[in-house]
Amino acid sequence: MEHKEKLLRPKGNISRGVLLPHLKKTAEYETVVLKDVAEVRIPLSQHIGTPAEPIVKKGDKVFVGTLIARANGYVSAGVHSSVSGTVKGVEENANNGKCILIESDGAYETEPSLKTREVKTAKDLSLAAAECGLVGLGGAGFPTSVKLDVKDKQIDTLIINAAECEPYITVDYRECMDNFDDVLKGVTLVKNILKIPEAIICVESNKQKAIEKLLETVADDTIKIMMLPTKYPQGAEKVLIYSATGKKVPLGKLPSDVGCIVMNVTSVATLYRFITTGMPLVSKSLTVDGTAVAEPKNVIVPIGTPIKDLLEFVGVEGEVGLEIMMGGPMMGVAVADINSVIEKRNNAITVLKTEDKQAEGTHCIRCGRCANVCPMQIFPLEIERAVKNGRTEKLKELNVEYCIECGCCSFVCPAKIPLTADMRVAKQILRRETAK
Amino acid sequence: MNERLKVTFAPHLRHPDTTKGIMLDVIIALLPASAFGCILFGIRAFAVLVTCVTAAVLSEFIWNKILKKPNTLGDLSAIVTGLLLGLNLSSETPLWMAAVGSIFAIIIVKQLFGGIGCNIVNPAITARVMMLVSFSGAMTKFIEPVSDAVCSATPLVSTEAVSAKNLFFGMHSGCIGETSSFLLLVGGIYLVIRRVISPVIPVCFIGTVAILSLISGESLAVSVFGGGLMLGAIFMATDYTTTPTTTLGKAVFGLGCGLFTFLIRQFGSLPEGVSYSILIMNILVPYIDKLTLRKPFGYIKQ
Repeated sequence: MEHKEKLLRPKGNISRGVLLPHLKKTAEYETVVLKDVAEVRIPLSQHIGTPAEPIVKKGDKVFVGTLIARANGYVSAGVHSSVSGTVKGVEENANNGKCILIESDGAYETEPSLKTREVKTAKDLSLAAAECGLVGLGGAGFPTSVKLDVKDKQIDTLIINAAECEPYITVDYRECMDNFDDVLKGVTLVKNILKIPEAIICVESNKQKAIEKLLETVADDTIKIMMLPTKYPQGAEKVLIYSATGKKVPLGKLPSDVGCIVMNVTSVATLYRFITTGMPLVSKSLTVDGTAVAEPKNVIVPIGTPIKDLLEFVGVEGEVGLEIMMGGPMMGVAVADINSVIEKRNNAITVLKTEDKQAEGTHCIRCGRCANVCPMQIFPLEIERAVKNGRTEKLKELNVEYCIECGCCSFVCPAKIPLTADMRVAKQILRRETAK
Repeated sequence: MNERLKVTFAPHLRHPDTTKGIMLDVIIALLPASAFGCILFGIRAFAVLVTCVTAAVLSEFIWNKILKKPNTLGDLSAIVTGLLLGLNLSSETPLWMAAVGSIFAIIIVKQLFGGIGCNIVNPAITARVMMLVSFSGAMTKFIEPVSDAVCSATPLVSTEAVSAKNLFFGMHSGCIGETSSFLLLVGGIYLVIRRVISPVIPVCFIGTVAILSLISGESLAVSVFGGGLMLGAIFMATDYTTTPTTTLGKAVFGLGCGLFTFLIRQFGSLPEGVSYSILIMNILVPYIDKLTLRKPFGYIKQ
């Protein structure tokens, strides 16, 4: 490998976490576009924060990129139409909450008022992210406009998250390979506008081609490339910051409190595309894969596309039980209804056959594996026991609030206890007790 | 298609290891030493092992039946308990005593506390201690394997010198499974490689006994290979349920076991102290766990 001087070694080594099968079979597949969608349901809440407020009514004619719901408050994000067609009303489903239903005319006409942006100041940049409706595309969905509004905090590192540590998912890798220019220009733009001295693009070691491409092409000395060990959850924000800078983000603090901004690689490219084309975030690239998928694909779909349409497109095998996740198999949320729709923050749809699942478990045997793999170094087994025995007063001293719900504890548990689910319950109990 | 969907919490991937697999690994690791014990001490030894395992399995099965609880034999933990108890007995133990020990281990020590994962002390160790107290005569009658003569002493208290080589490979009197340190080590290494156990407790336990014996002028070979140290340190002091979870906690536990073993052997009126020391440390585990609770990532004092 040439250009080795640009390749940084990780500054912090996270010794915990788990080794997972990579299963990235879609990595070298060409991304295809799915346009054959009769109607879309665009959720008002595709981000962390207050749901957007609808500004269209039944019967309105909309185009690709038309603002249909505006950000409601500071931590919120606007929502744009992903098709051209007619608004049919507002409906609700269990997985996505309230959605605006739009019947597509199939023409994909773009909104005539779209225009490029000129970004000169930090304020412009945050505003552009807001107008793009951009949220963290790695899965968390935190509004980018809020993330980029760092106020007077000193930022010394821009971390670009291209770790992509979940099995199956390859969309961020494809973004690096296919839209490399957008990525690089986006990184340069954010770095220059926010006057950040250094940017580090973090990629896991199982994506050698992306690393080589970055090393060959990046000419700017202030943009470094870091190869991280392939270990789950390398791409979790706190873990990534530690790997890239050796800094630990304290509980309840933001990355900017330790001088870092972390952006997903696709987010930064999307922001650049919005500034140069004026087209907000209306479509999303997804990996559709899993043991039940006949033809795994990377697909670009309009936001609001029902999962049903996507499954028809890739084909689902067999007649057995299925688990469909929005996201990867480690952190993805299982859906109960195939009419649920694709959101901005989705980077994958994973479809697993339930027969792949393990048989029943046992009582906790206190092997301690969950504690050994926990990247936050807490003790899932003790927390599970405290919840089970009703000893909720112990949850605080057991530090359950540090849990990032990465799923490592459940993954390794030989007794097959759903520990991650128990951690969520424990966090809710603690929050309720604290609120009292 | 919705009726085919199953909704569960993330993560949706699971590691293939199971409780049953772990127990099976422990059984596999114990097999060489068990086989050697049967060859060394003959059919009596085999009968003791079979009795212990059968009694353990049956008592767990019947307990669950009576209380209308799900059958838990599938996790294989009852077999492990029975086998470990048998290996800790002399081949001369009357079979009914062996059976009583197994029933005590499963019913009193394990099931009364809630079954697998809930007991606070190691079932096999506690059953052995109960038997030592109740049947002290029969429990300390051993066979001299070379001459087949009945003797009442293991190398720990015997005045007859046994060569270090014979001690290491197991050509001496003792409990069925404790004599061959070599085969126990092989089993221990297997468990470490399979990541079933961490080497911290055995290393600290055996290391402490070795160092203290050297300091006090005892024979190193006799102290380490002559009694139940290897069997106890590798297989009993590494029982998940009754030992600490953190590495620091494990180190403390191992050191404590080593210290108590030495003290009992040196100053107590008992010839052997491995079982008692593990039992004492088992009881201290909640305190060790509490004192060695590590700080989470990004910890801030509140």
